[in-house]
Amino acid sequence: MNRSAIDLWVGIFVAIGFGAILFMALKVGNLLTFDRSPGYRLEASFDNIGGLKLRAPVKTAGVVVGRVESVRLNAKTYEAVATLRIDNQYEFTKDTIASINTSGLLGEVYVALDAGGDTTMLKDGDRIAKTQSAVVIEKLISQFLFDKAADSGGGGAKK
Amino acid sequence: MSSDVISGIAHVLRRIGGAVTGSISRLGFASRFLVAIVWHSPQAFRRIHLTVHEIYFAGVLSLVIILMSGLFVGMVLSLQGYETLKRYGADEQLGILVALSLVRELGPVMAGLLFASRAGSAITAEIGLMKTTEQLAAMEMMAVDPLARVIAPRFWGGVISMPLLAALFSAFGIFGGYLVGVPLIGIDAGAFWGQMQAGVDVWPDVTNGIIKSLVFGVAVSLIAVFEGYDAKPTAEGVSIATTRTVVMSSLAILALDFVMTVFMFRGGGGL
Amino acid sequence: MSAAANPRSPAALTETCHLDPDAAAIELTDVSFAYDRRPVLRGITMTVPRGKVVAIMGGSGCGKTTILRLIGGQLRPQSGKVLVAGQSVPDLDAAALYALRRKFGMLFQFGALFTDMSVFENIAFPMREHTELPEELIRDLVLMKLHAVGLRGAAKLMPSELSGGMARRVALARAIALDPMLVMYDEPFAGLDPISLGVVGQLIRQLNDALGTTSVVVTHDVYESLKIVDYLYFVSEGKIVAQGTPNVVRASTDPFVRQFVEGESDGPVPFHYPAQPYRREIFADVQ
Repeated sequence: MNRSAIDLWVGIFVAIGFGAILFMALKVGNLLTFDRSPGYRLEASFDNIGGLKLRAPVKTAGVVVGRVESVRLNAKTYEAVATLRIDNQYEFTKDTIASINTSGLLGEVYVALDAGGDTTMLKDGDRIAKTQSAVVIEKLISQFLFDKAADSGGGGAKK
Repeated sequence: MSSDVISGIAHVLRRIGGAVTGSISRLGFASRFLVAIVWHSPQAFRRIHLTVHEIYFAGVLSLVIILMSGLFVGMVLSLQGYETLKRYGADEQLGILVALSLVRELGPVMAGLLFASRAGSAITAEIGLMKTTEQLAAMEMMAVDPLARVIAPRFWGGVISMPLLAALFSAFGIFGGYLVGVPLIGIDAGAFWGQMQAGVDVWPDVTNGIIKSLVFGVAVSLIAVFEGYDAKPTAEGVSIATTRTVVMSSLAILALDFVMTVFMFRGGGGL
Repeated sequence: MSAAANPRSPAALTETCHLDPDAAAIELTDVSFAYDRRPVLRGITMTVPRGKVVAIMGGSGCGKTTILRLIGGQLRPQSGKVLVAGQSVPDLDAAALYALRRKFGMLFQFGALFTDMSVFENIAFPMREHTELPEELIRDLVLMKLHAVGLRGAAKLMPSELSGGMARRVALARAIALDPMLVMYDEPFAGLDPISLGVVGQLIRQLNDALGTTSVVVTHDVYESLKIVDYLYFVSEGKIVAQGTPNVVRASTDPFVRQFVEGESDGPVPFHYPAQPYRREIFADVQ
C-alpha cells in the first residue's frame, strides 16, 4: 500500500466521518431548525406548566410558530412565567389564549396559541393575558373521585 | 485456628494487597507514559504522514466492522423499540428512541469496544512484536526515539479515528433504524425524522456523544500503546498484552461511560 | 548555528562532540553490573583501540551482551568507568547520548530489521532520520551500502522475504549507513549456514578496514572470530578470564581457553548445574 493510496483512504475516512457528524447535527438534531429566523418575545403566566420543556414548540392550529425560550417562577404570585419566542412572520391578537397541551396521551408537551378577534396585535415583550394551565392527571382523577363521592353521598342509597 | 489457616489467609490477603498496589502503580506508570507521549508528539504532527499512516491502520481498516455493526444495532434497536413503544401508542417516537440511544450511548460505547478489539489489539501486538524482535532497541541505538517515531503516531491515530468511527456508527445505526422502521414496519417517514429532530439536541446529545468518543479514544489508544510497550519480549508476553488491551479497554470504556453519563445527562432533559 | 539547534544539519554530523581523537575507542575500567540483585559483571577491564576488530567471547548468559549495552548507554554500571572516545557514557544526558549514538552502528542478533519497511527503506532510515540529504543522494548511498554487502538486487524485498543470512547482511548495511566510528555486533554469526558465516565474517573485517571504524564483536563462534579479529577477550562468570591476539589464543594452555576453543563439555565451565549429590537424590525415597 503506497503512500498516496493511504492518503486517499484516510482523506475519504475523515471526510465521511465529518459528514456523519454533520448529519447528526443537522438531520438528526435540530441545529438549523432552531433559532434561525428572527422572532419576538411574548410572556405567559401559568398556574402549572406540567411537563413543558425548554425549546418545546409553540403551535397554532398545529403549525409550529415558535419555541419556548425560558421558564422561570414568579416569586410573588407563585406562577410559572414562560417566555415564548415567536417567528416574526406570525402576529397574534391581544386576546390570544395560550394553553399547554400534550400531543396524544404520551406525546410531547407544547404551548398552543388560539387567536381571538381583537384588532390590536401583541408586540415584542407583551404578556398574554388569558392562559390555561396544563392538565394534571392526578388532580383530574381526584376531582373525579370527589365528584363521585359527593354524588353517592347526596343522592342517598342507590340500588 | 491452626497456624496453617492463618498463614493461608495472610497469604491470600498479601496477594490481594499486592495486586491492588500493582494495579495502582501500573496506573501511575500509564499516566506518566501519557505525559511522555504528549511531550514527544510534535514530531508525529510535523511529519504528518506518520500519523496519517496510523489513522489508516486504526480507522480506515476498522470501517467495515463499525459500519456493519452500526447498521445491525440500529436495525435491532428499531425492531425491539417498536415492540415496546407500540404498547403505549407511542410508536411514532421510534425515531427519537433510536437516535438518542445511538447518539448518546451506543454509538460511542460500541464503537469504542469494537475499536479496542480490532485496532487496539492490533496496535498492542505490533508494538509488542517490535519490542520482542529488538526493533525498538535498534531504533534507540540509532538515536531515534521510539516514543516519538512509533508510539506517538499510533496514539494520535487512535484518538483521531475514534470520534469519526463513533459518529459513523451512530449515523449508520440511525439509517438502519430508518430501514426497519419506515419501509419494513410502516411508520410514517415524516414522523420518524420529525420527532427525531425535535427530540435530539445538538447540545447536549450530539456534542456529549462526541466528547465521550474522544475520551474513549484517548483511553483505548493509551492502553493499547502502553500494553505493547510494556509487554514481556516473548511470544507469550505479547499474547498476554494483547488480551490485556482488550479487557482493560473494555472495562475502562464502560466505567468512563458511567461517570460521564452521570455528569452529562443528570436528571435527563427538562429545566 | 550550533549543532544542538538543528541536529539534522551537516554541521551536526561533522562535529566531533568532544570526542578525543587520541583516546582509545572504548575503555572499560573495573566495571561491575547487576540485574536487580543478580551480579552479571564483576570488575571488567578492557580496552578497544581505534580501528581494530575486537571479539568478546564467552558462554551464553555470561554478560557479553550486557557489555555492549553498557557501551551503548542502554544500561548504567553500578561501578567503574565506561569511556567511549574519552567520554563517560553513563554520565551523558539524553541529548548528548543520542548525539553519541548517531556515531554508532549496531547489528542486533537476527537483524532487528523494521518489518513494515522494505530493505531499501530500512537502510535509508538512519539517513532520513538524521540528515537532510535529498532523496536522490539517499538513493545512491543506500545502493552503495547494499552493494558493499552484495545485496543491491534485493533492495525492493521486504524483510520477511529474506533468508537469515541475507537479513543479517541488510542489517549490517544499515549499521554502517552513516559511516559510524564504532560498530557493535551482537552475535552476528548466530544461526547461519557455513557460507553465510564466511560472508558475514569477511564483511565485518573488510568494512572495518575500509571505513576506518572500530568494531566490537560479541560472539561464541571461535572459528570465525579467530579468522578475522585483532584481539579477543574471554568472559566467564562476570570476569575476564583470558585475552590475547588470535595467535596467542591458539597457542594458549589456559584451561578455560582450551575448553572453549576445543568445545569440551566439561572443564573450568562445569557440565553439571549445581545440585545435590546424585546418589542421595536418586535414593531419597528409600529409607
